[in-house]
Amino acid sequence: MPGFLLSRLFSAFVVVLGVSTLVFALIHLVPGDPVEVMLGESAQPADREALRVALGLDLPIHVQYGHYLNGLLHLDLGTSLHSKRPVVDMLAERIPATVELALASLAIALLIALPLGIIAAVKRDTPWDIGATGFALLGVSIPNFWMGPILILVFALGLGWFPVSGRDAPGSLVLPALTLGTAMAAILSRMIRSTLLEVLGEDFIRTARAKGLRPLQVIVGHGLRNALLPVITLLGLQLGTLLGGAVITETVFSWPGVGMLTIDAIQSRDYPIVQASVLLISLTYVVVNTVTDIVYAWVDPRVRLGDGA
Amino acid sequence: MRFWLPAGVLALWALLAVFGPWLPLTPDQIHLQHILAAPGEGMVLGADDLGRGVWDRLAVGARTSFLVAFWVVILSAGIGALIGTVAGYLGGWWDLITVRVVDIFLAFPGILLAIALAGILGPGIDNVIIALAVVGWVGYARLARAQVLSLKHRDHVQAAIALGAGRARIVLRHLLPLSAAPLIVEATFGIAGTVIAEAGLSFLGLGVQPPEASWGSMIRDGTRYMLVAPHLVLAPGIALMLVVLSVNLLGDRLRDRLDVRTDRSHT
Repeated sequence: MPGFLLSRLFSAFVVVLGVSTLVFALIHLVPGDPVEVMLGESAQPADREALRVALGLDLPIHVQYGHYLNGLLHLDLGTSLHSKRPVVDMLAERIPATVELALASLAIALLIALPLGIIAAVKRDTPWDIGATGFALLGVSIPNFWMGPILILVFALGLGWFPVSGRDAPGSLVLPALTLGTAMAAILSRMIRSTLLEVLGEDFIRTARAKGLRPLQVIVGHGLRNALLPVITLLGLQLGTLLGGAVITETVFSWPGVGMLTIDAIQSRDYPIVQASVLLISLTYVVVNTVTDIVYAWVDPRVRLGDGA
Repeated sequence: MRFWLPAGVLALWALLAVFGPWLPLTPDQIHLQHILAAPGEGMVLGADDLGRGVWDRLAVGARTSFLVAFWVVILSAGIGALIGTVAGYLGGWWDLITVRVVDIFLAFPGILLAIALAGILGPGIDNVIIALAVVGWVGYARLARAQVLSLKHRDHVQAAIALGAGRARIVLRHLLPLSAAPLIVEATFGIAGTVIAEAGLSFLGLGVQPPEASWGSMIRDGTRYMLVAPHLVLAPGIALMLVVLSVNLLGDRLRDRLDVRTDRSHT
């Protein structure tokens, strides 16, 4: 276990450093002069110079990189170009909304995907299975930015059950969470089905049936318990889809989370915010997946003793 | 039926894209008397808030999404397969560095890196293609590397080495063709992902710029008139869904036909 833990932590460190470096490089990809892009062509030379110094763009690139990494270690991600506030503070304000949306979506996804995946696997090749598979296929094929407006059209504008956008009114969480949750449920139900099918073909399931356990006991007690571990790892990987999708979904519903902050910052060319939020979302993803991997290896010795990560 | 219906949808999509410039389409022509007209009221699929025909814009949008999907999949599959194959074959430092770089790219969740890149490179179809290809190549690289690792100790490769074949010849003649099947399946699903991603970027205002049409920007513009003219959101959304659904259906069939086990958990 210590060996596995060390090698896993080392790869996570390399990835974190690489992600930070790529995010640092982003601002240097701005075509032409980033300062000119941010201020417009009509800006005074003095203003340009001031911004260049404020962003540290007048320094040699290795010095800039050093400052950047040093800032990261001290949780200093620079200041917003428009509001002049520390980016870390602006992100911190938005995190609760995004976490709330992510958790609600996850709950909805599991509530739909677990029963759907189990039914599809147990009643394999019946209309139940075809229906569940059809739902999954449809869910993968409908993007968030279309699902969102359709839900708004039906449940907010049409039936008036939920607010159109924002986070203040009661029930405003429902539609964005449904948008993200159903998309994730589509992918998850497919995975639960195939994992459960694999487990249900094992010898111990036949033994459980042979000793006269009720079908429900076999499926839940023996089948699902063994199928859940791989599903949890896949859930970790799906978090990426959730966080990436949240950027678009938050924009659709004007949900004041990190995603909407990112898109607003892109539109107003507030690059320090863009860099910081991309970094925050990606690092969350890395940390969650590293922890999932380690927990998984701790629970299931086959992972750490087998062919490794 | 399960083959011909999706194949027909995709054929129509491709035909509109390729022959669009020669069709009698007027996506920018304004018909003031038809502003926000519903489908059938003088125009096939109605008109948008400026009085432009929804059908004409839908057809032009098909070209946008097809062009982006075509170039992104060609570029990312080509570059990714080459990098992955070379890394897997050469091993050592090359392989180690490739694996690390792939891991780093995969650490950016979903479409996020593409959004940031497209936002920073600026709007336009070229930048959309670049952003999506930069994000897309890693999946193919990982897949190609895994293929080569399992192939390179096979007898026919060892025989080619014994006969004195060069590295380039071994990679191009003996490794790539055998790892083609899973890459083709991956690329098929890649088309679906790219179509959604392009529309997503355009929805956020990071794709093609007005007056050019994309299904994503049509959906975004339509949301403002959803109560009076829901067809502005419905039409491009249904077109998008039909294309993506068709690609996914054909991808599933292709995977079964080529007998490829894929791990789609990461996309």
